[in-house]
Amino acid sequence: MKSGVKSINSGSKTKKCLFLCVAIILLSFSLHPLAFSSEGKWPGVDESVIEKYAKAHGREPKQPFINTDQGDLLLFVFFFAGVAGGFVAGYYWRTLMIGRAPKISKEGQQKTI
Amino acid sequence: MDTPKRALIYIEGLGIGVGFPAPLWAMHISEGILPFHWAAFWFGVAIPFVAYGIWRLKTISKNDITFKPLVGLMAAAIFIISCMPVPVPMAGTCSHPCGTGISGIILGPAISVLVAAVALLIQALFLAHGGVSTWGANIVSMGVMGSFAGYITFKALRSARVNLAIAGFMAGLFADWATYVTTSVELTSGIRGDLPFMSLFWKILIAFIPTQLPLGVLEGAMTAGVVVLLQKKRPDLLVRMKVLKPEEVAA
Repeated sequence: MKSGVKSINSGSKTKKCLFLCVAIILLSFSLHPLAFSSEGKWPGVDESVIEKYAKAHGREPKQPFINTDQGDLLLFVFFFAGVAGGFVAGYYWRTLMIGRAPKISKEGQQKTI
Repeated sequence: MDTPKRALIYIEGLGIGVGFPAPLWAMHISEGILPFHWAAFWFGVAIPFVAYGIWRLKTISKNDITFKPLVGLMAAAIFIISCMPVPVPMAGTCSHPCGTGISGIILGPAISVLVAAVALLIQALFLAHGGVSTWGANIVSMGVMGSFAGYITFKALRSARVNLAIAGFMAGLFADWATYVTTSVELTSGIRGDLPFMSLFWKILIAFIPTQLPLGVLEGAMTAGVVVLLQKKRPDLLVRMKVLKPEEVAA
């Protein structure tokens, strides 16, 4: 009986959550024109909001300290950062979820840590 | 564990990592946008939080050897999440989630600030994302406000006995939104000159809404997913991090 009540409560919470998500998405549709930038497609909010308002108030963004935003260099840097981040996340995920890999002894036998 | 399984895990990690090799469309405040005195002010606000995060990390990892791998995992996750541009079709723009809701819940807000600070510094130095002079402001918006909003929302909802997934969802949602509200405050105070604060603040905040409202939902779903996944895979970790109570796991 108790578990039945619990599942009804959790079902109504899930419905409320879904309703909230739909309401949020509909609200964002209604404010759509505010985010549109006339300059190109898919601008980031740094460009379409932050830099737009900063420029309008006399503040221009400066070049980054190390400017990797040149040609395809940024693609490479992002690729490298993604690979490194992905490996680190994968390594620690394995350490936490599965445990460390067994070490191989000099005799070729596996030792579990 | 056999080699194919291990290889699969690495490939999955790699897949997550290289899934965003595109020019960055981001939300951090870029280099030079804030005047010097405001940039310095936000550094002043951020420093105590980062220092406290370092102290907490040292204290906890002294007593718990599994804590550092967890911090490493969260740091990598935040780094990846916070430089992952997500197109929002209904707005025609791109932005990225922050990930500080997840780390705020799992690591606690203080260490989450530290992790966010490191991710933001790497992005500012090498990825032309954010800025060194605006590092303090970006730490405050994404690290401090994101982590604390996520943590407080999660704790409040859990103490009201709200389901774990829903509490995680709301924590991610509010962490994301808190970040953008704070970014609006920082930007307004830096650029307004003699204009009244509130009118410019509302203009900037409303301009963020079409992109950030749906992105907040995505961040909420991600946060809920991670918390539920950890509950299934390693509930003991969540108990140790005081995310769950021991009796909840036993039940």
